[in-house]
This record gives sequence, C-alpha cells and structure tokens, in this order.
Amino acid sequence: MATTLTEIKVTPEIAAEHGVTREEYARIQKILVRDPNITELGIFSVMWSEHCSYKSSKVHLKRLPTRGKLVVQGPGENAGVVDIGDGLVAAFKIESHNHPSYVEPFQGATTGVGGILRDIFTMGARPIAILDSLRFGEIVPGKNSAEPETAANRRILDGVIRGIAHYGNCFGVPTVGGEVAFEPCYCQNPLVNALALGIARKEDIFLAKAKGLGNPVIYVGAKTGRDGIHGASLLASAEFTEESQQKRPNVQVGDPFTEKLLLEACLEAMKTGAIVAIQDMGAAGLTCSTCEMASRGGTGIEIDLAKVPQRETGMSPYEIMLSESQERMLLVAQKGREQEVLEVFKKWGLDSTVVGEVTAGGLLVVKDHGKIVAQIPAHPLAEEGPVYNRPMTSPAPRVESDKDWFPFAPEKTDLTANFKKLLASPTIASKSWITEQYDTSVRTNTLAGPGASDAAVVRIKESEKDGPGGKTMRSLALSTDGNGRWCFLNPKVGAMHAVAEAARNVAASGARPIAATNCLNFGSPEKPEVMWQFSESIDGIGEASTALGTPITGGNVSFYNETLGKSIYPTPVIGILGILDDSSKVLKIAFRHEGDIIVLLNGANSSGAGQHATLPSARRREFSSSEYSKTIAGIVRGEPPSIELGAEKWLIDCLVALAAASTIESAHDLSDGGAAVALAESCFASPGAGLAPPLLGAAITLPENASAEYALFGESGARAIVSVSPRKLAALRATARQYGVGAHEIGKVTREDSLRIEYKGHTVVQSDVSALRDAWANSLERAVTGRNQ
Amino acid sequence: MKFGVVVFPGSNCDHDAFHAIGHVLQKPVEFIWHQSEDLQNSDVLLLPGGFSYGDYLRTGAIARFSPVMNAISKFAKDGGLVLGVCNGFQILLEAGLLPGAMMRNSGLRFICRHVHVRVEDTNSPFTNAAQKGQILKLPIAHSDGNYNCDPDTLAELEKNHQVLFRYTTPDGNDDTTGNPNGSMNNIAGICNRERNVAGLMPHPERAVESALNSEDGLVILGSMVEALVGAAKATA
Repeated sequence: MATTLTEIKVTPEIAAEHGVTREEYARIQKILVRDPNITELGIFSVMWSEHCSYKSSKVHLKRLPTRGKLVVQGPGENAGVVDIGDGLVAAFKIESHNHPSYVEPFQGATTGVGGILRDIFTMGARPIAILDSLRFGEIVPGKNSAEPETAANRRILDGVIRGIAHYGNCFGVPTVGGEVAFEPCYCQNPLVNALALGIARKEDIFLAKAKGLGNPVIYVGAKTGRDGIHGASLLASAEFTEESQQKRPNVQVGDPFTEKLLLEACLEAMKTGAIVAIQDMGAAGLTCSTCEMASRGGTGIEIDLAKVPQRETGMSPYEIMLSESQERMLLVAQKGREQEVLEVFKKWGLDSTVVGEVTAGGLLVVKDHGKIVAQIPAHPLAEEGPVYNRPMTSPAPRVESDKDWFPFAPEKTDLTANFKKLLASPTIASKSWITEQYDTSVRTNTLAGPGASDAAVVRIKESEKDGPGGKTMRSLALSTDGNGRWCFLNPKVGAMHAVAEAARNVAASGARPIAATNCLNFGSPEKPEVMWQFSESIDGIGEASTALGTPITGGNVSFYNETLGKSIYPTPVIGILGILDDSSKVLKIAFRHEGDIIVLLNGANSSGAGQHATLPSARRREFSSSEYSKTIAGIVRGEPPSIELGAEKWLIDCLVALAAASTIESAHDLSDGGAAVALAESCFASPGAGLAPPLLGAAITLPENASAEYALFGESGARAIVSVSPRKLAALRATARQYGVGAHEIGKVTREDSLRIEYKGHTVVQSDVSALRDAWANSLERAVTGRNQ
Repeated sequence: MKFGVVVFPGSNCDHDAFHAIGHVLQKPVEFIWHQSEDLQNSDVLLLPGGFSYGDYLRTGAIARFSPVMNAISKFAKDGGLVLGVCNGFQILLEAGLLPGAMMRNSGLRFICRHVHVRVEDTNSPFTNAAQKGQILKLPIAHSDGNYNCDPDTLAELEKNHQVLFRYTTPDGNDDTTGNPNGSMNNIAGICNRERNVAGLMPHPERAVESALNSEDGLVILGSMVEALVGAAKATA
C-alpha cells in the first residue's frame, strides 16, 4: 500500500478529493513550480484546510482587539499569554473538538482536552485548570425533540462527560468550570469547547520558532499510528452528511497517562536550558509542527521519517506526515546538548529521538530512508495559504408581530409552578451530576469550583517545588460564556452579551477581568448567511472586548458545524481571565447569614429589574428570547436584550471594588432565568460547612417593571444580586454611587426554608427552598439516567 | 523527622502531598522516584493519589511492581509508617500490604466531592490526634473506591479495629446514605494488623487549609507527626 500511494499521479481531481479546490491546486503548482506528489498534496491539504489555515475567517479576525498592556503573547502562538504580576504569566486558550465528539463522543472529548492541555505546556506553562463549554441537543423529549433524538443526545452527553473526566482526572488538572446548555440545533452537532489555563515564570515561556542552523529536531512522546489521518481536513473542515459515522477512523484516541508523562518530561527538559523551540503535534501532526516552526523561525527543517517512532509497520510517508496520533511533541534543541534532553524523556519512559535538523533556505524537506519524499517551501505552506473574503448576506428580516411574542401572564398569577419548571430545565438545572464526575480539587488550588462562584477561581500557591514560586497572594478567575440563541436572533448583540457575561462572571467572583480567548462555532462559511453571522459576531466581540478591556489573546474558529445542510446557532464562546489580588477575598454566590440584606445592583442605574426595554411591546419582544420563554411557552423569537457596554463596565468595576473592600457577603450575576433563578441559586448554595439550618431562604419584593414575569425572569444584562450585612449597607451604597450603579434593596436572607417573591403587593412565588432545590438539583441526573423518575 | 512522597509515573497528588507536608505542616519532605530503592532515610512514606501507569489494567496493579515497592515492603515489615491515599491505597492493596481489593464505584462513575468519615479508632499513628467518633470532612476523587474483601477478612478487620475511617452522613450516621461508592461496611480507610500501614480513599492532603473548604485532613497528617515525635522521644 505504501508504494502504491506514493506512485499515485496527482491530478486536480485527486486534489478535489482532498478538499483542495482548482484555484488552490494552481497555487500549489505555482509555489512548487511543478506538480505536487501525493505526500505533498496531503501536506498542503491539511495545512490549507479551514481548520489549520483560517482561510475564511482571517480577514475578519483581524478586526479583533489583541493588544493590551498585560498581553505578553497574542494570537499566533500555541496559546495566549498575559502578565499576572509577581513575575508570573498565565497561558490560556480555548479550542473546539465538535465533530470528533459527535462521531465518537468519548474519544472526541478526551482528545479535545488533551490537545488544549498540550497547547499550554508547550509554552512552558504548567496547566492548573480546565473549563469546558458544552452544547448538546435536547435531552428531554418535548415539542421540538422526539425520543429517538433525545436518547441519542443523552448518549452523546454521557460519552463527552466521561471523556472529559477520563482525560482531565487522570492527567491531574482540575476541571473547575464551564457551562452546559441545550438547544435542538446542536442535536447532530454538539459543541465541545475546552479551555486550559497554565502558569509559568515570565522568563520561562517557550515559543515555537525553529532557530539555529544545524540544531537537532527531536520527536518526543507517543508513537505515530494511523489514527486521526485527515482529522483536521476532512472531519473538522466539512459539514456532516448521512455517512459521517464512517468518519470514525478519522477520530484520534487519547491517552492521558502518556500526556501526564509528557507534561512532566517537557517541563523538566525545558529546565535544562537546552531547548530552543517546541510545538505540540495536534491537528495536522508532524506536518503542522515542522512547517510552522520553520516558518516562524525563518528557517527550514529537514526530517527523515524512518527515524519517527511508529506504532505499526508499513506506514507510508503520507500517513506519517498526516497522522494525528496524540501525545506527541516536536522540539528543537541546542546542537551538542541533545543528550541532556533525551535523558529526561528516557527517565519518564517516553520515546525521544532526533529525526532531523534545522536548515537554511526555508525548505521543509521530508525524507524516507534518505530519499526525498516531499520538499516544500515552509513559509508559503504555513502562512501563504488561500485567504477568502467570502460573500455575506444578511438574512431577510424576520416577519414578527405583536402576536408572535411572549404573552405575559395576567397580574397576580402565581408563578411558582413555572418557576419550578424553569429550575428543572436542563440548561438551568444544577450541573453537579456532571461536575462531580470531574476531579475539581486536585492540585489543591481550587478556591471556587463548579457552581460555587460565578467564575472558577484557582489560587497561585506561594511556593511549589517545581512551580512558579515567588510570593503571591493572587488567584486567577475564569469564566466561559456564550448564548447561541441570542446570537441566532442577533449575532452582534448576542456576541457582545457573551463577552459581557463572561466578564461580569469574573467580576462577580471578585476578580478584575484582564484578557479573553474565544472559540467561534459556526456553520458552513460557504453560506453567505453564516459568513454574515460570523462577521457580525466578530464586530460584537471586538466592540465589547474593547469596552471592557479584555483583549482577545487567541482561540479557535470552528466552521462547518452543520448536518444535512442545517447550521447550528452561531455560537461564539468567550473565555475571560481575571486576577484577584487577594485570594482571601473570593466572592461566592451563596447567601451566608440570616438577616443579610439582598441588593440588586444595576449598572444601568434604573429602578432595578431592567430598564432597557421601555415600550411594552419591546419588552415582550426581548423577553421572547429568554430561557423562560423557551421553556414555558416554547417561544424563541424577538431580539436579545439590548446591551449597554458602559453599564456593564460600571457594574464590573463596582463588583471588583466591593470585593476588594470586603463589603459584601455574596454576589451572583443575573443571566439565564433572571433575578428569580439567581436568588434561588444563592439560597441553594447556602449549606456550607455543616451550617444549621442547612438552607437559608429569602423574602423578596421586586421593583415594579412591566410585568411580574419580566421582573422575575427577564435577562437584561449589567445586573447582579449581592447580599450585605446591614452594617455595611451604607458602604455598599457609597461604592455603588461612586461607580454610578443602582443599588436596590429587594429583601432579606431568612433562616426559613422558604423563598417568597412579591411583586406589586402580590406573592408571585412562594415555595420551600428545599422543594425548589430538589427540582433544580436532581433533574439532570433524572433526565440522563432515567433514575428516580 | 522526614516524610517521603513516592512518585509513580501517573501520580498526580504528589505535589499536593508535598505542599501539605512541606508548606502547611512545615515538615521536611522529599520526593522518592519509583525506580529508586533508596528511601532517602524517610521516617514515613506517603503513596499519593493519581493514575499510576494510567491504571488501564486495574488500579495499582502495575505500580506494585515498581522497584520502590520492594523497599517499601521491607520498610513496612520493619515497622515504618506507610500511608496510601486513593491510588496509594489501591497500590498497597495490590501489593498485599493491606488486605482486600477495590472494585469500581457502585454507580460506575468517577465521583469527586466532599464526604464525611468517622474516625473509628484512635489507636493508630494515623488517628492518634483525633477524637474517637470524630467526623472529618474530606474530599474524594476516584472511580474505584468500592472496598471489598472476603467475609473472614472483614470480620478480622472489624475485630481488630483495623477500620480506621467509615463513611457517614455529616451528623455521623453510618446507614449507607453517606457511602459514596458501595464500599463494604462503609469502609473508607483501614490499617494493617500491626497498625503501621494504612490506606484511605479520601484525600487528607486536599483538606489542609480553610480556603480549601476543610482543614480536617490535618488531623490525619498531624497524627503521623505526633506518632513520629512520640517514637523519637521513646528512643531518645
């Protein structure tokens, strides 16, 4: 087979089978000044795939703000790097692994986590946290989802969760947060976006630039097999059809144990000082790591495939170059010091071998037993791929009228039953059944794990033997957010909300948001409407990131998220990193003391429950895009709430100031499900270290605003619910005033097992907290396992 | 007094144990590489949690063949203190230094959360600083913590007070509602008959600072320090 493959005569037709267009093929011929052989075609096809080349997104991504005074490394390296003070830097990045997770949920998710972890430790940073942003189709049969479909979605969910758990738990990095949401559009195209965070000393950051003629190129880690060939080009860069299950062989298989060894060995080898450059072999494996390192270093690289450790015999050059076997790294060492590096990998029981060297002239030369099998200029291959400014069309305006929008219930209606139903809906329900399958506490840095605070908070230890060291009291906070439904209704405003919510979540943990990473999940870029959604989203992210001071430091674009021609909702997911200067000041969502006063903070400084929509019909239009509208009425229409970035910024600054001064006892931002859900969650979280009574309650009077449903469940931004001891209420008011944030007393924390919400003099919600909690806490497990029905 | 933390390939709680002993308890501590038979004059050995050798075969099944285990067996036979946590406990079972075996959790899923365990016996170097019946809040994080053994062994364990920790509810009921993994007799941790080797599934090293939501792990680690101090006095 190996010989037949190399003898294949390449034609434009064969190129087309590789996803290479006629124009792209002509470009390849021009670069090579001849026809490519089959191995070279394979190499071009993966490097110029949408996944690796960003050919459809590049022109738009340029519009994102990427600079800031704390940004050490922006997009273009394996991960973004920001200065976090005390001589330390944080490396972080989010990436998608959507298609593999549909085709083979367990392995797809494991390798998603593995890939992003490698991106972090490739930079010389030790990973300290993982977050996962997940989207699935509906898992409970309902109006838009039938049982065979929901059963399939439950199976995908289960596989993905097990996969993430398997990899992260074994690797030994806590999975501390993320989100899980459900919409019918993700039915045959789940989204699995994994974010990893690592820390390092500033001077210890490694880049992937091959320098120094004659320096040896060393292959380390797992052996190369036939798995994952064309993962990037065929799986990640094409939509799904009915035959997509046949793509299972394109999915890679993850081995977290080997990755753990690779991590320890890489960090130890980096300390020798003999490593010049390093890059992981992820998408497009050996191809990508060789040509990108050479291109960035302005050099060439020559390797001999005969020296590459292989899992099986008889692999062709084409297969070795395109394999996406996991847990592999390519590094460049100082000539004469390679033995020091090899010794470290030997100690950890890993393959490591010199496979080539850095050369002059900028050529990537691939040999097999000394015979040249591919010879391509590295820079054009890595950086001069096709760039498309694809056509865009805004969709026809939706014809909607008053009668299509959510009909508010008459005044005085008891909303308790609807509230319970909302709390039990999978998107809002507790995710503890999922997050308890993740190791959330390993490394003993987790100050706020899943659900404890609006953001995940991990501390930086004052000293760790092989860690960053130095004196620091700091913690890092991270949140990932995205709202596909809102982006579908208005991509620009929806994307702005994603940035704002992530930043707000970070601030609600007490941390100052400093930088962002993004994962842009969209349908086919060949559809003008999808490109329009993409372009609008980029504008929204850019505007919001600029306003909130969170430059984009990296991330990834995932196109072709569609099956049988149906696109997912445009789903940009934003991860925001924040710094908390004093780790003892983490804010959590839990109410803590009976008698504390509950205050609704509003950056828009209005009467409280959302000022943006003033006309009644506009409120109904906006409310029709809410989680409540979807869950209770099955209505998904209208527009996301309008957004005021200034108001968001004021609220963020106010929360950070309140945390720094230890003014408040708890903080929880308003998002899915509005004020009512935020209040309930703050009650649910209250059982702490054996406190009695286990659950605190609340008695609330919400300010008048349109209708009770709008006041309780409206999702307009720039708002948070905080609790404060009565003696600090004045201080809270003063701080709020200073930042121009409205502070509205809405009730008190009680010692009763009761949540009561009054509106316009009527009790609209009244229930035991424990009964609400049961609906919220157990519904996901019931839905997935069918247990306790 | 010196602690040794054994590092197997795939150990991932080694740094946490090192931090708890070296920085929280401020006692001397060193890592011991699994290939080494030199225990570096440690007075107590800690086998940390993790996934030694990936645990692809059976938890701890391969780690027990590491060269360091020969030295540890000898150290234990000579009366040295050995504590295995989580994967460390599983390795001690596989090595035959503790009786019984681990099965998959009854729910067949990995579980990570805080649980409560009751100190069943204070007559051991691992519990001497505790009150009998004291409830400790400790995190667990495992797939295979479902302790199992034959009826005779179980009877022996109970008779000889080798069950050091039992899962309970927060208020101390051992009616299985506090048992996260189906473990026999709600067993969370045991010691050998000589009481110098112990293993438990919960992670005391993850509960050593109030910021981590519990400091109860210090009871166990502190007991070991006291035992060593006592032993040093006795020989002085």
